[in-house]
Amino acid sequence: MKLLVPIKRVVDYNVRVRVKADGSGVDTSNVKMSMNPFDEIAVEEAIRLKEKGTASEIVAVSIGEAKAQETLRTAMAMGADRSIHVATSAATDTELQPLEVAKLLKAVVERENPDLVLMGKQAIDDDSNQTAQMLAALLGWPQGTFASKIEPSEGGLNVTREVDAGLETVALKLPAIVSVDLRLNEPRYASLPNIMKAKKKPIDQLTPEELGVDTAPRLTYVKVEEPPKREAGIRVDDVPTLVEKLKSEAGVM
Amino acid sequence: MAQILVVAEHDNQTLAKATLHAVTAAQALGDVTLLVAGSGAGSVAEAAAAVGGVAKVVHVDDALYENAVAEDLAALVVAMADGYEGFVAGSSSFGKNVMPRIAALLDIAQISDIVEVLDAKRFKRFIYAGNALATVETRDPKVVLTVRTTAFPAAPAEGGSASVETIQALAPTDLAKFVGRDVSESERPDLTSARVVVSGGRGMGSGENFAILEALADQLGAAVGASRAAVDAGFVPNEYQVGQTGKIVAPELYIAVGISGAIQHLAGMKDSKVIVAINKDEEAPIFQVADYGLVGDLFQLVPELTEAVKRP
Repeated sequence: MKLLVPIKRVVDYNVRVRVKADGSGVDTSNVKMSMNPFDEIAVEEAIRLKEKGTASEIVAVSIGEAKAQETLRTAMAMGADRSIHVATSAATDTELQPLEVAKLLKAVVERENPDLVLMGKQAIDDDSNQTAQMLAALLGWPQGTFASKIEPSEGGLNVTREVDAGLETVALKLPAIVSVDLRLNEPRYASLPNIMKAKKKPIDQLTPEELGVDTAPRLTYVKVEEPPKREAGIRVDDVPTLVEKLKSEAGVM
Repeated sequence: MAQILVVAEHDNQTLAKATLHAVTAAQALGDVTLLVAGSGAGSVAEAAAAVGGVAKVVHVDDALYENAVAEDLAALVVAMADGYEGFVAGSSSFGKNVMPRIAALLDIAQISDIVEVLDAKRFKRFIYAGNALATVETRDPKVVLTVRTTAFPAAPAEGGSASVETIQALAPTDLAKFVGRDVSESERPDLTSARVVVSGGRGMGSGENFAILEALADQLGAAVGASRAAVDAGFVPNEYQVGQTGKIVAPELYIAVGISGAIQHLAGMKDSKVIVAINKDEEAPIFQVADYGLVGDLFQLVPELTEAVKRP
């Protein structure tokens, strides 16, 4: 089974982002960037499927500026076999949007013919949670979203999904798209020898033009502002004081 | 008036609360039609027709739609899309699963998890775990939206008298099949609509220790939630998770216990009316958003609080 794993370079999970004073967006210059955490889980799952002998090859793909290649190197240091970089100068948090990303990925899928696309359920910058579902729609493939367990079965996959009420399992025909959730696995750290080896693994370069996709955004981020701030309240000394305040002052008890 | 289709979420017996919130958001855009696709879901169609502000209900009854499999539900919505300018659902796991599939099939850029409707083309939504509030304008001729349920009041469940039109099911797409479901049975209220939520974090130390939160929750008639750290550590299942990548809640009272207050958690609960934080670390960021902060050992303070609020 051949796997394609799309990954996104985003502002690191631990960075407290700042809104630009002119309201044009979030300041992403000089902040630490990392692989989107859910995409790391997708890479890890792909590697585990290869280690089990289910998968034969893992191709990572990322769309973005030149530095997206650093993120692809990380994926290859973890265990991806090779990479594809689709170069664009658009800001990947606001100007390059899920529908256009899905169209680019569809074009990559049509060149690579994977049996399974494994990807994060959500990028932690734009928080859209759309791309996997859109890619599945455009390809006419089944989707297993928010996966916490992936089990190959006869001619397909059983995917256990994290849903609001608990867990749900769907059986998908292959080829398919699976978006992964938090509890699927714990991603490994790349070892130093693997980081060195990853430097020699190939990265193919493509452009949206070569893939024949118009990436002009449909949505305009007209304004980006600081959210309303919540004021800190007071410290209470003990439980009786807390209960008293909740009853008399806050009126919620 | 624009025609807006709200895709109803239900379990073939009850209309989900998330749909009532989505109806309110959709009403700001035009006349609302509710699509009830299910199997033996006649009572849901009746309930949908009674929702205040719903102009029409479209009901499809077929085994194909029993479990809201995204591939078949999206195909159905796309087949009936011509008469509508907008497609809306709550931003629950149901809406998140099916709406982007509909949007892509219609070649429309979806706007996820909106918190405000400014006009027919402009909406507000949070990005970066709630650290920035974006105003987004679409150039598409139609809109596909998911709605943050805590940002819009629920439409009244009674008072409407919409007509119900029955339509035929489509042929199966045969791409995916529902296999089964493992739903946690709980007497407690649903996390996203509870009046009070008691949440635990990494400071709880173990899943067993959540018992003291459950005891407090039982006294308060509260739902139990958790931070991502607690889910990550395997203390509780993922459906407890409150935050950027879990559930968004806005109860009247939110009690955060042993939760440090990472931005990703705050993103899911900072619109709560009153926030109480109990944490032994007085520097914990959770105290910066809490109305009432109590510094100390949660294993002592939580049982004490449970005693203090014990119903007579």
